[in-house]
Amino acid sequence: MGSTLKAGIVAGLLLGGLSIVSLSIGVADLASLDLLWASRLPRTLALVLTGMSLAVAGMIMQMIVQNRFVEPATTGTLECAALGMLGVLVWNPEASVFTRMTVATIAALAGTLLYLQLIRRIRWESTVIVPLVGMVYAGIAGAVAGFIAFQEDLLQTLYVWMQGDFSAILRGRYELLWMVLPVSILAYWSADRFTLIGLGRETSETLGIPYRWIVTWGLILISVISASTLVTAGLIPFVGLLVPNLVSLVMGDNLRRALPWVALSGALLLLLCDIVGRLITFPYEVPVGTVTGLVGSAGFLVLLAKRHARG
Amino acid sequence: MIVVEQVTRHYDREPVLHAVELRLAAAGLTAIIGPNGAGKSTLLSLIAGLDQPDGGQIFLDGRPLAAYTRRELATSLTMLRQRQAFNARLRVRELVLFGRYPHHQGRPGAADYAKLDEVMTYMHVTEVADRFFDQLSGGQQQRVLIAMALAQDTPYLLLDEPLNNLDIPNAVAMMKLLRRFVEDLGKRIVIVIHDVNFASCYSDEVIALKDGRVAFQGNPADLMVPKMLESIYGMPMPVQVIDDKPVSFYYLS
Amino acid sequence: MHAAEAGTFPGPGHRLLLAWLAVAGACSLFLFHDTGPALDFVLRFRGNKLWALVLVAAAVASATLVFQTISHNRILTPEIVGFDALYIFLQTLLVFCLGGTGFSLIAPELKWLMEVILMLGVVLFLGRVFLTGRTSLHLLVLGGIIVGIFFRSASSLMQRLINPSDFVVLQDSYFASFNQVNSELLAVSTVIVLLATGCIFLLRNELDVLLLGRETSLGLGIRHATRTRQLLLLVTVLISISTALVGPITFLGLIVVHLAYRVTGSHAHRYVIPMAIAIGILFLVGGQALLERVFNLETQLSFIVEFIGGIFFIWLLLRGSRR
Repeated sequence: MGSTLKAGIVAGLLLGGLSIVSLSIGVADLASLDLLWASRLPRTLALVLTGMSLAVAGMIMQMIVQNRFVEPATTGTLECAALGMLGVLVWNPEASVFTRMTVATIAALAGTLLYLQLIRRIRWESTVIVPLVGMVYAGIAGAVAGFIAFQEDLLQTLYVWMQGDFSAILRGRYELLWMVLPVSILAYWSADRFTLIGLGRETSETLGIPYRWIVTWGLILISVISASTLVTAGLIPFVGLLVPNLVSLVMGDNLRRALPWVALSGALLLLLCDIVGRLITFPYEVPVGTVTGLVGSAGFLVLLAKRHARG
Repeated sequence: MIVVEQVTRHYDREPVLHAVELRLAAAGLTAIIGPNGAGKSTLLSLIAGLDQPDGGQIFLDGRPLAAYTRRELATSLTMLRQRQAFNARLRVRELVLFGRYPHHQGRPGAADYAKLDEVMTYMHVTEVADRFFDQLSGGQQQRVLIAMALAQDTPYLLLDEPLNNLDIPNAVAMMKLLRRFVEDLGKRIVIVIHDVNFASCYSDEVIALKDGRVAFQGNPADLMVPKMLESIYGMPMPVQVIDDKPVSFYYLS
Repeated sequence: MHAAEAGTFPGPGHRLLLAWLAVAGACSLFLFHDTGPALDFVLRFRGNKLWALVLVAAAVASATLVFQTISHNRILTPEIVGFDALYIFLQTLLVFCLGGTGFSLIAPELKWLMEVILMLGVVLFLGRVFLTGRTSLHLLVLGGIIVGIFFRSASSLMQRLINPSDFVVLQDSYFASFNQVNSELLAVSTVIVLLATGCIFLLRNELDVLLLGRETSLGLGIRHATRTRQLLLLVTVLISISTALVGPITFLGLIVVHLAYRVTGSHAHRYVIPMAIAIGILFLVGGQALLERVFNLETQLSFIVEFIGGIFFIWLLLRGSRR
């Protein structure tokens, strides 16, 4: 217990430190508090919220699919959310943020349900086939989105969505993201049930868990998280994949214990990637999605190699 | 007591069970035997409520299964598959405590922890309590899974081919353990098993399925008759009595 | 197998003839349909485009076919395991190291050559991993996709790091697509594609043996390791040509080669190679013509290829699982 507490304090301090670094990076000096309130603080908060919730969504997704190599960006969830947003933009460009968000959530849910149907029909023993189908499926959704965007001259808008970036976050333009906080708390509230569905349908049903309902509930939470982060910050790959894997190595998959660590580590990773992206070409910046793409794909390869080495 | 009434099940229009009619697990250890594809595992899944019949009904202690909520059912019976590979990484103690989930619903109390210690001691898995399940050997994993099933504290225990992947000493130890559950803990156990000799030596009642129909139900002694065995397995199976137990020496027939 | 092959009519040879007749028809339609008054200009414009499409089809079809033969599977393609992403990564790396001005001073052929040599190095290194036959196929594919993402992310990171004027150089030189064929490479590409496909066709009988697997081909006296490396070299060259001309197209080879095996009704490379090239040309030229002239869509063919190809890929995986 004592060591957990110590680790918690260290992680908390780390989060605080990185947040301060994140707040202090920028071209203008921080003499005026206005800048801090209007731009720096919203950006740091958005990073923490996004990193936290994406990691939580990834963890739940891995429990639902019973596969370590999935996350919302490799199961078509984020791509389908983008497709939904694109649809709203085509049919009613004047639609409110809330409408866009709702449609994106529904599209994400529908897309992920379809993905689950697909992988249920695959009976390979191989664990890598599940993320493989997911990535190709995401590619198809992306191609449809690209086609529509090209026809409607929205390719640039789509490109912005697909490139996770926090440079445009300002006060008044990110508040929707706070929605992921109650959603993550709800996820923690259901932690035991998610752990159990991670043991498979039969095991969870023999323990009295209504499997299908919990899966649907998990997918709803994931979809809300995916849609809200996509609407505010764009697509950020691999945070949801890497963080749960790393936490699981140390803590295991008992979500009641692991989920707070997943959330914390997700926030840390994204803050760190964003800081790197802002410093590497200072005073310009590299979108955080590019940095997580690089870090995440390298990490994923290491995980794959480890899994391969174990046979 | 479990009553199976006119239960039918199809997979892709292939009938697996034809109007099966059974009363089982009144007490002791019931073994379900039969050739591959006879519908043994399907029947067990149906009884466990993991699968729904296409026709007919199953009653558990006089109440139809469909009338139970999942949680009620989970306090009455539990099922153990032959081999469970979990992708989730859980420590042994956490996993066994999840066996208490139907009772504590996520908020374990003193009674749950007491039961946890009791079953872990009973199954000799206390020393691996803090290891991850996926780091254990096959034999240890099986003991942990049984401890989990015991923690669930259900009167009925269903096991699907528990002897698969076990060597001879472990298989014998497993059957002796199941006997102890019946005698010490008063469990009612239904197992699906391939080896007729194990069924003959350890079970109180045997059910034989063939082509989705009940071919035999009764005492092991009545099953272990060459004619009966031949009608079930379709090959000559001589029977000898050794130490009061009828066994079939079929290896050379 | 052989009896069935002989018994079916039309046989593989006839089918091949029909396919190439269709190719001739499609190409002349593409060139001469509705040319309008400025015949000379239109023909030259279309001719360039058609020639590029034909080259890409030939390169992708034969590269994929050979790659599948030497890696003993039917769902891997060089693009799926990240060859094209690697090519773009290396191009970006060159601009990054040489700077925009230095880069534009080098002749395009020389640049291409440098890139191919770099690429060969990486591929031969990685090839040791994935041609041993011990790695699970799906792991390989997944690893390839991730490697692709890694290279793409690294490229886009470097594109941010180089200064904007260098970036324009980079963009001009190779963010090609079907609508913007990179025509300065056409001449050298033609020679190389001809040479490479020629070599592959010469090796057609050995490829048939290689299809039987490493041990069998060793037993039948093929120098498996050497041949595999030589063939991998040809694949690398062909994919880099195609990517340089029109940019990455992930699933074209997968569809084309699968259809080629189906349509030919034979596993003999002497039929399947030309058939795959013919189908590739039909697919690209027909697709481009349909998009431009019939549907009047200004869209990019690559979206369509990606969409159909992705669905096809999942279908292949689902179908394979039922066996």
